[in-house]
Amino acid sequence: MTERPLPLPLRLLDAIGRWAIAVVEALGRFGTFLAQALGVILTPPFKFWAFIDRINYIGYRSLLIILLTGGFTGMVLGLQVYLTLVRFGSEAFLGPAVALSLIRELGPVLAALMVTGRAGSALTAEIGIMRITEQIDALTVMALNPVRYLVAPSILAGLVTFPAMTAIFDTVGIFGGYLVGVELLGLSEGTYFGEMQTFVDMSDIMTGFWKSLCFGVVVTWVCTYKGFNVGHGAEGVAKATTDAVVLSSVLILVWDYFMGSVLP
Amino acid sequence: MIKVERLVKWFDGQQVLHEVDLEVATGSITVIIGRSGGGKTVLLRHLIGLLRPDGGRVLVDGVEVSRLRGRALDEIRKRYGVVFQGGALFDSMTCADNVAFPLREKLHLPGTEVAKRVEAGLAQVGLEGMGPKYPAEVSGGMRKRVAIARALITEPQIVFFDEPTTGLDPILVNTIHHLILNLHRKLRFTAVMVSHEIPEIFEIADTVAMLHEGRIAEVGPPAVIQASTNPVVRRFIRGEPEGAEGT
Repeated sequence: MTERPLPLPLRLLDAIGRWAIAVVEALGRFGTFLAQALGVILTPPFKFWAFIDRINYIGYRSLLIILLTGGFTGMVLGLQVYLTLVRFGSEAFLGPAVALSLIRELGPVLAALMVTGRAGSALTAEIGIMRITEQIDALTVMALNPVRYLVAPSILAGLVTFPAMTAIFDTVGIFGGYLVGVELLGLSEGTYFGEMQTFVDMSDIMTGFWKSLCFGVVVTWVCTYKGFNVGHGAEGVAKATTDAVVLSSVLILVWDYFMGSVLP
Repeated sequence: MIKVERLVKWFDGQQVLHEVDLEVATGSITVIIGRSGGGKTVLLRHLIGLLRPDGGRVLVDGVEVSRLRGRALDEIRKRYGVVFQGGALFDSMTCADNVAFPLREKLHLPGTEVAKRVEAGLAQVGLEGMGPKYPAEVSGGMRKRVAIARALITEPQIVFFDEPTTGLDPILVNTIHHLILNLHRKLRFTAVMVSHEIPEIFEIADTVAMLHEGRIAEVGPPAVIQASTNPVVRRFIRGEPEGAEGT
């Protein structure tokens, strides 16, 4: 006996229902993955040397790109903000304008995007290749938890390196702004740094810190998850890497907005 | 003893295993043969506990491993050694570190003991002095031998080999088979091997199981399989092309 096809509205409802279930399942897997990682982070044995290796992989190797982008971001800010402020005769506020933009917003976001592009994609590709070459299965059949060896050290390293990279990005950016504002456009050094001390307080620095800390978890979580759940072959790794970078970047910007609305 | 009972597995609406039954005697070498895509590796991954069945069960010494999770499954896996098809060596580590890894991480042995055992393990597979090299720096045959050394270094009771000779030349195929046979005689582990190597595997197997389209077509000692009248088995062991009639 053949089944009668459902009427169009019911078929639509059926498709939406299936899509919703798939989304909820995917979110569930995503959340369970983080819970697993947090579980092994909090229980021994701790993989200290793997953690150090990940700091090198995510942080140290991203240093050059952070220095370059931080410097040029500060220089662009210095130039554009100066040209705007000079119209109102307020160029004395260049220092705080550059510093606040970097510390509260641009530093955490751009540093996180840069580290995602350099280290996050590499992290996904590395774990993805380990998955398709059965290296992760090899760990599993040795009765060793691959999450402890591959994911937990990366998330912990993200918690350390993202705030560090942000701090470096902010510092280099402020000096980039100094280079343009003071050395090229003639603002006095005392005005640039003096006004900065007046307007930038600890809550601004903490806002940037909390953001970078969250981005550290989000990026390493997304990138390791995508690597772990890679498809088949080289195409699967390429897709996982692209997905990881795109999803991490979108989540950085979305999360930045929510944190910006909540934090002082 | 490993016992597989009415094992069923589906992937994306396609049934890959159809109520597979198989018994592997303790201390024996059982080789699962069959055409590519016939479900051999899927069956092996169920035995290891990397896949969960949609029906049926896998028992290892009376314990239903197909229902175990977490630590209970890990306890069973501590008795396993696995040689994956591509070796699955950690490419960021040297060959010596690959072999040392289970000793350091599973058995937590001191450094001197690890070094001693790794040296002996590599010598056992004929790779003395190759320890400092990375997997990418050695040949395919050497990588397989490093993988065998890694799988056997913790002296497991059960060793699974997933096509350990795929992609090797005939001399290396025989070398690896005789290496496995000699190590089996010495260490007395139970071996389950997935292989395509006909007729070479008949020299080392105690039992051969032919898996065809997700079903066990025939099981028995090599002599029985070689003399089989089952057309599927005959065609496979003679390497007759699809559609050709057996003579």
